[in-house]
Amino acid sequence: MDLTNYFEIAAMILFGIGLTLLLLNRNMIKKIIGFSMTDSAIFLYLAAKGYISGRKAPIVTDGITAAEAYVNPIPSGLVLTGIVVSVAGSAVLLALTVRLYRMYHTLDLDEITDKARKGGR
Amino acid sequence: MTMELWQSLPLFCIILPLFSAALVFMLRGKAAKGFCLAVLGAETVFSVLFLVRIREFGQSYTFPMGHFPAPFGNEIRGGLLEGIVLFFFMLILLLSLVGGIRRLEEHMQHEKLPMYYAMVLLMTASLAAQIFTNDLFTSYVFVEIMTLAAAGMIAAHGAGRALLASARYMIMNMVASSLFLLGIVLLYDLTGHLLMTPIRETLGAVAAAGKYGLPLTVTVGLITVGLSIKSALFPFHSWVPDAYGAASPASASILSGLVSHAYIFLLIKIIYRVFGTEFFAGTGIINVLFGFGLTAMITGSVSAIRQRDLKRMIAFSSVAQIGYIFMGIGLGSELGMLAATFHLLSHAACKSMLFITTDALARVSGPSTRLRDIRGSGYRAKLTAAAFTIGSLTMVGFPFLGGFPSKVNFVRAVIDIDAAHRVPVLVFLVLSTWLNTLYFLRTMISIYSGEKPDTPPEPVHNGAAYALSLLGFIALNAGLGLFSQRIINGLLRGLSMFS
Repeated sequence: MDLTNYFEIAAMILFGIGLTLLLLNRNMIKKIIGFSMTDSAIFLYLAAKGYISGRKAPIVTDGITAAEAYVNPIPSGLVLTGIVVSVAGSAVLLALTVRLYRMYHTLDLDEITDKARKGGR
Repeated sequence: MTMELWQSLPLFCIILPLFSAALVFMLRGKAAKGFCLAVLGAETVFSVLFLVRIREFGQSYTFPMGHFPAPFGNEIRGGLLEGIVLFFFMLILLLSLVGGIRRLEEHMQHEKLPMYYAMVLLMTASLAAQIFTNDLFTSYVFVEIMTLAAAGMIAAHGAGRALLASARYMIMNMVASSLFLLGIVLLYDLTGHLLMTPIRETLGAVAAAGKYGLPLTVTVGLITVGLSIKSALFPFHSWVPDAYGAASPASASILSGLVSHAYIFLLIKIIYRVFGTEFFAGTGIINVLFGFGLTAMITGSVSAIRQRDLKRMIAFSSVAQIGYIFMGIGLGSELGMLAATFHLLSHAACKSMLFITTDALARVSGPSTRLRDIRGSGYRAKLTAAAFTIGSLTMVGFPFLGGFPSKVNFVRAVIDIDAAHRVPVLVFLVLSTWLNTLYFLRTMISIYSGEKPDTPPEPVHNGAAYALSLLGFIALNAGLGLFSQRIINGLLRGLSMFS
């Protein structure tokens, strides 16, 4: 068995770490870092799958028009779209975190929940 | 094939609110409100036009964006089922916004209202896009837009509780999005396509060759679980009561009525158009959905009974009803899917109305949504209490209302399955309906109990828009019950166009 899919393995490990952080860590900022990691892991997977070694980005500059000389541009396109979506998600979560921190003076989600319950706000 | 103008209607339905959302930021006050309502009205008219024309047309069609043929480019697909669902969703969205707009103006700072309208419009665009797109990655992008818009709507209330609920909602949804995206990426990796039709062809060939058994099951699982978390299926429902409880009534109504159901519709579409029903039934994921659905029907109702707060009670009732829908999907038969799609519409119409009414019931009781405090509120807010009663009767399955044909459909679908499973599932169905009746009847009695106030209470004005929205909702629920056979026939034809 020849193992050449290091990128894919790394991507899945990163995905697992990110998801665990996002689900289990109580700190909002670490949750957001975890979210970024899961999405980045998926982008790494896509980018690794989309690249064929020895081929170029599909921009014709030297007159070679054979499809075999280039890689499929769609995976990279998906990565770019995905990054935009991911950034938007992180931004909204960060904005919410800022608001919550101003109100409750902590980043710990459990503590915020406690305070929200007691304060009745 | 030449395209007629009406076949671009789905595209207009997506693009119009998308651009309007950018424009509404620049408007202020009344202009923003008017503009938003006008766009939603136009969208409803579009959906009616589309429904009429697609009925005449009698079959589904694909619309290649930019005229790139099938395996390339991006496609929109229209059919009867899509038309029906969009029409009901638009009506519910419009009624929810009209009914909750006055409370919204009280909850939010005035200069921030245009942002709320922008989120409503973004949500409209993503509803239409999820209904009509034939491309998996496009559906992912719009799923995300919808999540962000929904999180904004929850947070719009501005109180700490709402912000916290919004953060929790975002976290669960981000988990779901990551799983969903990973599923799509794996599917793209295995089949080389993103358009639903070619994926299904390739998937059929791959499955027939007996290759990639485990990866395909994982992929199906990832996509299904991702969308189940977003639509609040039973073990993933922890964010529901906080989110629905803390949000402004319009937001709670739109969230419970449209957002969760839109994800279920997308899942049904993916089951039919990407996996194919047979392949999906073969993976075993369907049994998981069925089990979760059954469990949700009972646990949701039991949790609802234990609540002391009206809003949280209705939120948990949502969990139980979502369980019904997933149970229908999990049956794996055409009757089951029909029952699920009809319940999707009737539950959306009913839950949105209930969430709009809770707030007005609370206002004449304190304001408080505790069940103890709303005793006798039926005498203080007559129209609201009437609407709440009709909503409760719908949930319970009273004849002439939308809930009754729903229950009949489910029973018919369950009787259709093999004898060994029929009886236990029927027992679950009856038990859940009974629990349902228990807590809704309790609330109804509580609203109309207590001594009639001697002096007429201080009248609380909710405005003409609110009354109009309630009347619209009542008509919608009655319509779903009275014209159920026509709607069911339409859904059946739509489902057959789907595969």
